[in-house]
Amino acid sequence: MVPASFEVLDKRQDTADVWTLELVADSGEPFAFQPGQFTMLAAGGAGEVPISISGDPDKPERLVHTVKAVGLATEAICAAEPGQLLSVRGPFGRPWPVDEVEGADVVIAAGGIGLPPLRPVILRLLAQRERYRRLLLLYGGRSPDELLFTDELEDWSRRGFEVLVTVDAAGEEWDGHVGVVTRLVRHAKLEPGAVAVMSCGPELMMRFLVAALTAQGVGSDRVYISMERNMQCGIGRCGHCQLGPTLVCRDGPVYPWPRVQPWLAIREL
Amino acid sequence: MRTIDELIADSPVFAELEPAQLEFIAGCARNEPVAAGTMLMREGEPAERFWLIRRGVVALELHVPGREPLVIETLEAGDVVGWSWLFAPYLWALDGRAHGDCHLITFDGVCLRGKCESDHDLGYALMSRFAADVIERLQATRLQLSDVYGNVPATA
Repeated sequence: MVPASFEVLDKRQDTADVWTLELVADSGEPFAFQPGQFTMLAAGGAGEVPISISGDPDKPERLVHTVKAVGLATEAICAAEPGQLLSVRGPFGRPWPVDEVEGADVVIAAGGIGLPPLRPVILRLLAQRERYRRLLLLYGGRSPDELLFTDELEDWSRRGFEVLVTVDAAGEEWDGHVGVVTRLVRHAKLEPGAVAVMSCGPELMMRFLVAALTAQGVGSDRVYISMERNMQCGIGRCGHCQLGPTLVCRDGPVYPWPRVQPWLAIREL
Repeated sequence: MRTIDELIADSPVFAELEPAQLEFIAGCARNEPVAAGTMLMREGEPAERFWLIRRGVVALELHVPGREPLVIETLEAGDVVGWSWLFAPYLWALDGRAHGDCHLITFDGVCLRGKCESDHDLGYALMSRFAADVIERLQATRLQLSDVYGNVPATA
């Protein structure tokens, strides 16, 4: 698949090491995608990396990515300035199951940089609010100054999401929750049979999340997660992102928990 | 108006205790509104009470010299505040502050320890539930200690 050229239109620094970039295709064509999909993104010759789309799926005229600078490729992307060209392949992967969970209480559970891949589904759920019952966001971060989209959290709350945010540690100025995101589950007063959960964050967090949900009576078959592996080709050819019998770039990154749980339990994978 | 034994039965820690046990425990408890900022416990001081939160938030804090207090966990409705009354040397290990106005049920820990000594069935039932609460929060603390968000997750 040949990369397309996208121009950086706008750029915003979210935290000390996270940036949001708005891109537009050189061709002028809109970039249609579904919530949960990702692209293979590159700046200059620094290498190509899989990055989830964090934009609004109903506004395909701009491709939005929120990127954490953690290595050569992502540092180059975060350093890109308006007017610079990036290469984009995609969109790739299976999306969040927005139709399958219609009529449910939808819980979005995000940890750290796991929130950007969930932002498109949050915006889609809000745009189609009448299709769902309760909407609940559980979001955990390291500290208050590392939380993402803090302005939007208030907006989402006004538009129908119950938003519970927690941090690992904080000073006295923080008046929210302190503790891991899994501790929020107990306080969420979930109706087990009505709940569907979509989660993205560190694998360790998602394992603990499923355990906390199970303790509240929520079946793990109602949990969907977004996985990360070493995606390279993006189209299921190279095999670098293999997880058990699946290829994350093609069969994921969104999976029902029971489909990947047995493979996550194998330490060598 | 609900009685204290009915109120404490709402908490996961006390749920499933026998009605007679709840009534027995309630004899050591009282309803108490607490104003925002009230220090419920201070590190190193005698731990003679504990609390069940009905409404509001209590912050557990670590005092660090030269710095503002570090909030390490917040507890909410249904949570129990304080375990140190159960175990020698009966001294608080942390500070605990009402984060806003709270409605609490305050338990006399010395009274309850006495009742557990005189009624071992009650003592075992109560200890089992407190142990489950401790384990749940210990697991959460382990996850917290792993600096889990410091890792690079999913496709971002």
